Amino acid sequence: MARMTMIEAIRDAMDVAMGADPSVVVFGEDVGYFGGVFRCTAGLQAKYGKTRCFDTPINESGIVGAGIGMAAYGLKPVVEIQFADYMYPAYDQIVSEAARLRYRSAGQFTCPMVVRMPTGGGIFGGQTHSQSPEALFTHVTGLKTVVPSNPRDAKGLLLAAIEDPDPVIFMEPKRLYNGPFDGHHDRPVTAWKSHELGEVPEGHYTVPLGKAVLRRQGRAATVLTYGTMVHVALAAAEESGVDAEVIDLRTLLPLDMETILASVNKTGRCLVLHEATLTSGYGAELAALVQAECFWHLEAPVRRVAGWDTPYPHTHEWSYFPGPARVAEALRQLVEVA
Amino acid sequence: METPDPNEYPPLSLIVPEPEVRPGGQPDFSHVAIPRAGTVRRPPVDVDPEEIRDLAFTIIRVLNREGQAVGPWAEALDITPEDLLTGLRHMMTLRIYDARMLNAQRQQKTSFYMQHLGEEAISCAFQRALAPGDMNFPTYRQAGLLIAAGYPLSSMMNQIFSNSEDPMRGRQLPVCYSSREHGFFTISGNLATQFIQAVGWAMASAISGDRKISAAWIGDGSTAESDFHAALVFASTYKAPVILNIVNNQWAISTFQGIARGGSGTFAARGHGFGIPSLRVDGNDYLAVLAVAKWAAERARRNLGPTLIEYVTYRAGGHSTSDDPSAYRPAEESTAWPLGDPILRLKNHLIALGIWSDERHAQAEAEILAEITEQQKRAEAIGTLHHGQHPSPADMFEDVYAEMPPHLLKQRHEAGF
Repeated sequence: MARMTMIEAIRDAMDVAMGADPSVVVFGEDVGYFGGVFRCTAGLQAKYGKTRCFDTPINESGIVGAGIGMAAYGLKPVVEIQFADYMYPAYDQIVSEAARLRYRSAGQFTCPMVVRMPTGGGIFGGQTHSQSPEALFTHVTGLKTVVPSNPRDAKGLLLAAIEDPDPVIFMEPKRLYNGPFDGHHDRPVTAWKSHELGEVPEGHYTVPLGKAVLRRQGRAATVLTYGTMVHVALAAAEESGVDAEVIDLRTLLPLDMETILASVNKTGRCLVLHEATLTSGYGAELAALVQAECFWHLEAPVRRVAGWDTPYPHTHEWSYFPGPARVAEALRQLVEVA
Repeated sequence: METPDPNEYPPLSLIVPEPEVRPGGQPDFSHVAIPRAGTVRRPPVDVDPEEIRDLAFTIIRVLNREGQAVGPWAEALDITPEDLLTGLRHMMTLRIYDARMLNAQRQQKTSFYMQHLGEEAISCAFQRALAPGDMNFPTYRQAGLLIAAGYPLSSMMNQIFSNSEDPMRGRQLPVCYSSREHGFFTISGNLATQFIQAVGWAMASAISGDRKISAAWIGDGSTAESDFHAALVFASTYKAPVILNIVNNQWAISTFQGIARGGSGTFAARGHGFGIPSLRVDGNDYLAVLAVAKWAAERARRNLGPTLIEYVTYRAGGHSTSDDPSAYRPAEESTAWPLGDPILRLKNHLIALGIWSDERHAQAEAEILAEITEQQKRAEAIGTLHHGQHPSPADMFEDVYAEMPPHLLKQRHEAGF
């Protein structure tokens, strides 16, 4: 075990994968010599050479498109989009190409590629450095979408994503890079080194895609969430006095319905929580699945707490962010329904 | 015909370009060919692009080492001593403003800042070639356009501090200014997306039979984006009245310009495949920038179509307050940059003309600093990022649509604003 930040854990995953498999290549904007603007690839070029870890021109469509070509050839590209907010020029390559290569060629060509991108707000990044576009990926058939909430999962999930035979969108909550964040922005920041999930096993291990995990056991309600919001939900459960069960989905697609159903059928109440905007967000899918699968166990309508349906504002970041106060209030209302 | 036997060839290998020097090395710009000032010809504005292909591979320069404005581009400049002094003042204002705002960011009065150090001439001079009604589509490093257009520094500071007087109501990242009145299109923060929009704006002027032109702005790194190429093909096809500006400051965060430029000799040469007249100019030479911008604006106004300009310059500071360039380039590189400092060069020209002196320069610096400091005090008294007055959080829900739809009204109510 070693103490790591999420940045170090992600870097370690790529290091392990590159060391074990010469077909793993890493590239993106500022990724090579400098090691990425968040330093997730620092040292990889020096260790593995500049044909396995390199800087690209600023063209996200090019980064993903070239990655698809390499993946189809037989390499395993792990590409970085500098911010999830910069992903849109690559969207056609992701949606029309990466996601469908296997289907339309009946398996002749496949795309075992990972597209990494920092996601979410909480760093005063304004509307172009704060977005959470996961629903734009979960809506696309042929993609898998992963959002880790801590260093230990991040490493294991990234290794699983790299080994997966299909394209995986790997979204890294940037507010969690250096420490857990429960939404109390006015309190001192905490570091991963004092958190048990900052303990990261050395060498190779995987956290399987499609497996959620219970972060807090409870009887009164279930919170379905992922990424930064896992920590917000845990804080809200303590502060609301509602004995909530908190499920960290980890992988949005494929989704671990078994864990979700077991919990919601037990508690009878469900809160869906994400930082992304509400309307047509991934929470809508979760709410629909829960009402369809757990209808006869539900004692209250499924509730959603999410980012407001506005662009991510700069000054009013903390009025926008669905912090622990909003989540706690929603939990209290959820358990008050007779 | 025989099938080729690949085994007769050596194995392939990937070529990844690298800058000449990295931290620890000696900066070397000997590969940057710099023609003497005044030696590059000035063609007529209706020239056939085929006849000036060489102008994409040279550097148009006006100010020589002795501080004289020389050559055909200087002769075509219709500029008064008053204009020159104004130009110098704009650049000095931008530099001092940058220094103050950088410092304010270090004091946590704002979340973020991006400075222009070494690149002041480009935006300050370019704006003087435009007329009211023309529109810039700037990137985050062209605040000189606003200063030269007379936009109030107080409004710029209020935007940096996201206070209640911020014209963007605290919604945008600092430096993402917007002023329709001053010909400054709202900065998106994404890269290259607005390069093609400038072409659309210019096409709209032509469709409408107006007399307005537009200017697109992009950095060397972002020319790699697909939107850059979209802009070139649209501008070429419709002969849009647009000036396509590439600011080549050598570095895209940590990535040297060779990664975006690839096998092309220069960024200006990108225009050749589209039949667009393409010029390369000394971006640290206020008069050269102004002369070339006026030439391109004249072409646009005469309905002769687009012009592509590459400004050769150097980003002397970090990419932003989040960046530390010493991690990827030698610290001495900015002083080794052979095109000099734009403010110093224009200052020396004014001294050579006998209309300026070191004393007057120092006095002007003190005056500008005093004025900016005074304005900053007032802006800070209104509010900074974490203190004072800010726009109401209720405002967060405004302007998503012209009319607030029911679901947003409901959310605003739920938010308690």
